[in-house]
Amino acid sequence: MTDAILEAIGLTKCFGAVTASDGLNLAVKRGVIHALIGPNGAGKSTAVAQLSGEMAPDAGRIRFEGRDVTDWPTHRRARAGLQRSYQITSVFPAFTALDNVALAIQAQRPHSFRFWTDARLDDSLRAPARAVLERVGLGERAAVKVTDLAHGEQRQLEIAMVLATGPTMLLLDEPMAGMGQAESRRMMEILKPLKGEVSILLIEHDMDVVFALADVVTVLVKGRAVATGAPDDIRADVAVRRAYLGDY
Amino acid sequence: MTAQLFLEQTLNGLQQGVMLFLLAAGLTLVFGIMHLINLAHGTLYMVGAYVAATVTKLSGSFTVGVLAALAAAGLVGAAIEMTALRKLYRRDHLDQVLATFGVILFFNELVKIVWGPQALFLSPPAALSGTVEIIPGVPYPAYRLFIIGVGLAVGLGLRYLIVNTRTGMLIRAGATHRDMVGALGVDIDRLFTVVFAIGAMLAGLAGAMAGPMLAVEVGMGEQILILTFVVIIIGGIGSVRGALAGALLVGLVDTYGRAFLPLAMRAALDPAAADSIGASISNVAIYLLMAAVLIWRPRGLFQAYGG
Amino acid sequence: MVTGGRKRIINMAGLALLLVLPLLAEAADSPFFVSVATRVLIYALAALSLDLILGYGGMVSFGHAAFVGLGAYVVAILAHHQTDGSFIPFLPGAWNGSTQALIQWPLAMVVGGLFALVIGALSLRTSGVYFIMITLAFAQMLYHFMVSLPTYGGQDGLSLWPRSELPLVDLNDDVSFYYVALVLLLLALVAVRRLIASPFGMVLRGAKQNEARLVSLGVPATRYKLTAFVIAGAIAGLAGALLANHTEFVGPGMMHWTRSGEILIMVILGGVGTLYGAIVGAATLLLLEEGLAGLTEHWMIFLGPFLVFVVLFARRGIYGWLAGREAGDD
Repeated sequence: MTDAILEAIGLTKCFGAVTASDGLNLAVKRGVIHALIGPNGAGKSTAVAQLSGEMAPDAGRIRFEGRDVTDWPTHRRARAGLQRSYQITSVFPAFTALDNVALAIQAQRPHSFRFWTDARLDDSLRAPARAVLERVGLGERAAVKVTDLAHGEQRQLEIAMVLATGPTMLLLDEPMAGMGQAESRRMMEILKPLKGEVSILLIEHDMDVVFALADVVTVLVKGRAVATGAPDDIRADVAVRRAYLGDY
Repeated sequence: MTAQLFLEQTLNGLQQGVMLFLLAAGLTLVFGIMHLINLAHGTLYMVGAYVAATVTKLSGSFTVGVLAALAAAGLVGAAIEMTALRKLYRRDHLDQVLATFGVILFFNELVKIVWGPQALFLSPPAALSGTVEIIPGVPYPAYRLFIIGVGLAVGLGLRYLIVNTRTGMLIRAGATHRDMVGALGVDIDRLFTVVFAIGAMLAGLAGAMAGPMLAVEVGMGEQILILTFVVIIIGGIGSVRGALAGALLVGLVDTYGRAFLPLAMRAALDPAAADSIGASISNVAIYLLMAAVLIWRPRGLFQAYGG
Repeated sequence: MVTGGRKRIINMAGLALLLVLPLLAEAADSPFFVSVATRVLIYALAALSLDLILGYGGMVSFGHAAFVGLGAYVVAILAHHQTDGSFIPFLPGAWNGSTQALIQWPLAMVVGGLFALVIGALSLRTSGVYFIMITLAFAQMLYHFMVSLPTYGGQDGLSLWPRSELPLVDLNDDVSFYYVALVLLLLALVAVRRLIASPFGMVLRGAKQNEARLVSLGVPATRYKLTAFVIAGAIAGLAGALLANHTEFVGPGMMHWTRSGEILIMVILGGVGTLYGAIVGAATLLLLEEGLAGLTEHWMIFLGPFLVFVVLFARRGIYGWLAGREAGDD
């Protein structure tokens, strides 16, 4: 599969008696939105954590952009363009929205061993950060501290941060978690135009969202990919029904 | 280096290890369950030592002295828990460190006021004051053997408690899956108090038994507290097994280092320099051991506590 | 911003007070107070360096006095060899030390930084409570090492007389020494302020707030934390060099873990993550000690509960309370 940007080959991860990933195979094609669905405890977040490098698999390999990145630390994968967001919003709470995005941009610089200039006066960080905030609809809120942002705004901020890094691939762990209807719709408006530009592996519970956004869907059950295909095929797939009905 | 010397030093190391274990077991459990770093643990050891020394002198009975020490350590522990620590469980470690540091300053000064600045000395009880021939021709102080025995008994008792009782089940669960224990509907406050009391009494017991071997003085608690930290870092926080392994390892390495390092150095350097440098290095041998463990396994030999 | 103005006023008033303090002491006919104030400045420098890693990097180091002590020993050892003409052992070449501050003090910073590099590299393999215990244990290791090293006085330490030599300034004059300490403290304050506002500082503060996030954005956070730890160690080493000159004596007691605890308390008392608070905290603790010690020999019996009280009820510290919401720099 040469057109895959991210591949998991036989990923296995156990926690004591619990097998979170059980020989998981997954291939995300370049430029698509690939949804990962499955019942609670299917090992979706564990899979993302292994792909991002935050958790080391017990066995299996991970390939990104044709290179074996299994042994790469998280920060190196991130620099190579593999970025992630978290199910529970993960940002820098004491900073402003603009600080958060500027820091994300700074994170892509070769290094941050610059001790004397004022980072908040550095236009090469602030200007692009402002532009990304505008893009996700947070332009007005740039100077607001994260703790004073609404929940939905914090989630938008997190997306803005990963976008600001100029990623080639995003791992999005339930970006709509805890959002209301209007906020979810806005998030979809942010994600949709990324199609083609960035490859996305999307964990999502809301099937409407999955079928509206995804090009490919993989169903995960007990740490294994039981079905992969176009959204319409998956909708009809027996294995999927079983997974959700629980009679397997 | 004769086999006899080696055997003696091994027993000395075990005896020191056992004392460290008594402190480390309590400290590691308190951390594992309550997520609390308690610098005042050494204070309970000091209280145990002072009370045992005083009561033994007054009553003439070492047994009464030890029992009094257990009671005193338990009471002081309960008082500290209720006045200061209870409010700290949900605070960050920095707050815990500072507040318990304050507790140490208070009790060190209180002890100075009550007992005066001079160190107390205590001799072993008559029945244990002699020596025992462990192998023919090798006498060894009976009291030190007694300490090893008590330590092993406590270790087995703790093992029984943790493996075979409901409290023990909760302790194990609490150390690894803290949130779950709360979800089970267990009275967490009571579990905390029980664990803290066990830890306090073990520290008091160690202090009481240390009396006949060491000078009983202010500051003795902190000296052993830091060694106990080294034990826990090596063993892994929250693990009683790790505490035992770490304690014995630290006891042996420290004892062997002091006994044999200057001797070994003499082979390479002139005697005066060898003694001086050997003494310096053996003084820090256990810290070097800790550094080695950190490089090899940053979370200790027996990691119980996950996050 | 009104509260920002309040912060400015407090800082200006504090600076003015520090500048004229020796004159006030002379006017009040208590020159002894200059010495006390110098001690405050020196400890403020140490507390400032700890606040850099604690308040902005989230690293609770319980071994900071070790770096102070190392800096002090560097000065005393260099002077010791210069005085008796012997060579410093274990060094390539033959060097019999120096009494020049311009050689001693930078070297104290280098040694403080080097030890911080080793201790930090080991300690930062862990985090949280492990980090606290490990920094404490390594500091205690250095303490025991100096206690058992008879070459440099062991338990008894080394005395240092006269003080280091500085061109144009006589450090043996207490008022001159006060101003030297003040200048160094202010320089360090300006440097650390710039540091925390720099790209490096943003990364450091990001690591404190959410290290996992920083790493998953692409920053190898540990390197930056370690760098901050080394910088803090070097500044603490400088504080130690000053302290050796101030007390005219160096001993292992300077590295004792209770000293580390005291520096930590200064930071908390002043307010974590406020920098200026470090000065306020150092002044408060040292003056409190002086004051209580004048009342009773057993002053610790009051200091202990006071600390518990501060931790339980006064989390923002004195400077945080004075300067209000704008005290911190996040």
